[in-house]
Amino acid sequence: MKMDEKMIRAEGLEFRYAEEGRKALDGVSMQVKRGEFVAVLGANGCGKSTLAKHFNAILLPEKGDVFVEEFNTKEEEHLYDIRQRVGMVFQNPDNQIVATMVEEDVAFALENLGVPPEEMRARVDEAMQMAGIYKHRNKAPHKLSGGQKQRVAIAGVIAMRPDCLIMDESTAMLDPIGREKVMRTVKRLNTEFGITVVMITHYMEEAVQADRVVVMQNGVVELEGTPKEVFRDSGRIRSLRLDVPQAKELCDLLREAGVPMDEEIISEEECAEALAKLLCGAKRN
Amino acid sequence: MLKDITIGQHFPGDSVIHKMDPRAKLLLTVAYIVVLFIGSNPVGLALSALFLVVAYRVSGIPLRMVGKSLRPILPIILFTSILNLFFVGGDPVFHWWVFTITRQGIYNVMVLTVRIVCLIAGTSLLTYTTSPIVLTDAMERLMKPLAKLHLPVHELAMMMTIALRFIPLLIEETDKIMSAQKARGAELDTGKLADRIRALIPVLIPLFVSAFRRADELAMAMECRCYHGGEGRTRLHQLHLGGTDYLLVLVCAALFAVIGCSGILWGML
Repeated sequence: MKMDEKMIRAEGLEFRYAEEGRKALDGVSMQVKRGEFVAVLGANGCGKSTLAKHFNAILLPEKGDVFVEEFNTKEEEHLYDIRQRVGMVFQNPDNQIVATMVEEDVAFALENLGVPPEEMRARVDEAMQMAGIYKHRNKAPHKLSGGQKQRVAIAGVIAMRPDCLIMDESTAMLDPIGREKVMRTVKRLNTEFGITVVMITHYMEEAVQADRVVVMQNGVVELEGTPKEVFRDSGRIRSLRLDVPQAKELCDLLREAGVPMDEEIISEEECAEALAKLLCGAKRN
Repeated sequence: MLKDITIGQHFPGDSVIHKMDPRAKLLLTVAYIVVLFIGSNPVGLALSALFLVVAYRVSGIPLRMVGKSLRPILPIILFTSILNLFFVGGDPVFHWWVFTITRQGIYNVMVLTVRIVCLIAGTSLLTYTTSPIVLTDAMERLMKPLAKLHLPVHELAMMMTIALRFIPLLIEETDKIMSAQKARGAELDTGKLADRIRALIPVLIPLFVSAFRRADELAMAMECRCYHGGEGRTRLHQLHLGGTDYLLVLVCAALFAVIGCSGILWGML
C-alpha cells in the first residue's frame, strides 16, 4: 500500500443548496491520502458535512471536481463503484439502520450489490467482528445502546469492504462511553486494516488522534496540518469558534501561571506525562 | 404506556410449525381459508376445527390465545348471528310476538360462527408462529412473479420492513413528545373527547416533522449503501423447503382435500 496514493481529491469545490443561497462551499481544495486518518473541524454551518457528502457523490459540485481514486463523482456510470469505495456513517444511528435485525442490516449493502449468499455470510460475520458487535448479531436494533447502534452502522459500511470510511459527526449523539468505543473501533480499522478515515467532528479530543486536521470556516479550508501544527496557536483556534483541546487548555493556563509546560502538548497522555515528570522533579529537589 | 403495545403477535418458539418454511405456511393458510368455505357443512367444519386444535397443540401456543384474537371481532359474530337467527325463513321451532327462530336459522348461526372462529384462529396461528419480518420476506418471494407485471413487489416489501423497523422508534418518540407537551401544561388525558382530540395536534405535528426528517436521512443512508431497488438483489437468509416442509404440506393437502370433498358429499345427501 502506497501512502502517497491519493484516495480522494477535491479541486476548487463550490456548492450552494439553494440556487440563490449563500455558498456552502466556496472553493475547497483538499486531498486525502490512502490509509490516512483525517479529521475535519469547524463550527456549525462551516460546510464540513456538505464537503463530506461530496466525497461519495451524495452531492455533486456546482463548480470544481471530486475524484475518488480514478473516478470523477460526476460520472454516473461509476456511482456504485464510488459508493462502494467510500462508505459513510451519519450522525443519528437510528436513522441509518434499515433492517429489524443486526446481521440483516449489516448485510443490506451486500444484498444491494448482489453478492452471492455464501460469500455474503462470511463478509457479514467478518464486518461484525471488525466492528465488535458480533455477539449482538441476532438482536433488534432498538434494543441496543447508541454506541452499539453506531457500530452496527459502521459494520454495515465495512461489509462493502470500502477503502475509505467517512464519519459525518457520527459520535455527536453518543454518550462518552459509546463515543470512546466507536472511536477505538475506527482507530483500529485505520491502523489494522488500513482503511482511510475522514472524521467530521466537534470533539477536539478526537481530532487530536488524527494524522492530519483540516479546519473549515465559511465554506473554505482555513487551517490544515498535523494536530500539533493546527492546535499550536490557541488564540487562532478560538477565533475560528472552536474549542481548544482540554489538555492544551490546561497547559496554556499552567504556562501563564509560570509552570514550564511544552507548547507542543495537545493530548491527555502527553499532558499527564509532562505533569508527572514535573512533579517527580519537584520532589527530588 | 405506549411501550406496552406489541406489533404483530409473534410468539417465538421452536415447534415444527415455527420452523416451517414461511412460504409453505402462508400458502397453507390461504388454502385453509378456501377449504373453510368449500367444506361449509357440519362434518367439514368439525374436521377443520379439529385440525386447528391439533395445530395449536403442536405449535405450543395456548388455546386461550384464540380467545384473545377473537375479541375484536366478537361484535361482528354477534351481529350476524342475531340477524341469521331471527330473519332466516324455514321451519319455526320457537315463536314469540314478532320473533321467530327457525331450524335453518340455528343451523346457519352454528355454521357461520364456527367458520369465522376457525378463520380467525387459523390466520392468527400464522402470525403467532411467524415473525412479521419473515412473513414479509415470504410474501415478497411468493409474489415475485407479479413483478413481471410491473407490480412494485419489492418496494412494498421494503416499505413493510422499514415500517416494522421504525414503529418502536416512533412509539418511543411519541411518548417523549407527550411528556414534553405535558411538561408545558398540555392536558392530554382530561376533558371532553373533542378537547382530547384537539390536544393531540401538538403531539402529532412534531411527530410528523420528525418522521419526515428520519425518512430523509434514512433514504440518504440507503443510497450510501448502494440501494437501487429490487433489481439484482440477493438475500442473506435464503429460504429452503426441507423434507419436513414437504411432508407437512402433503399431510395438510390430504386433509384439506377430505374436508373439501365432505362438502360435495354433504350436498349429495
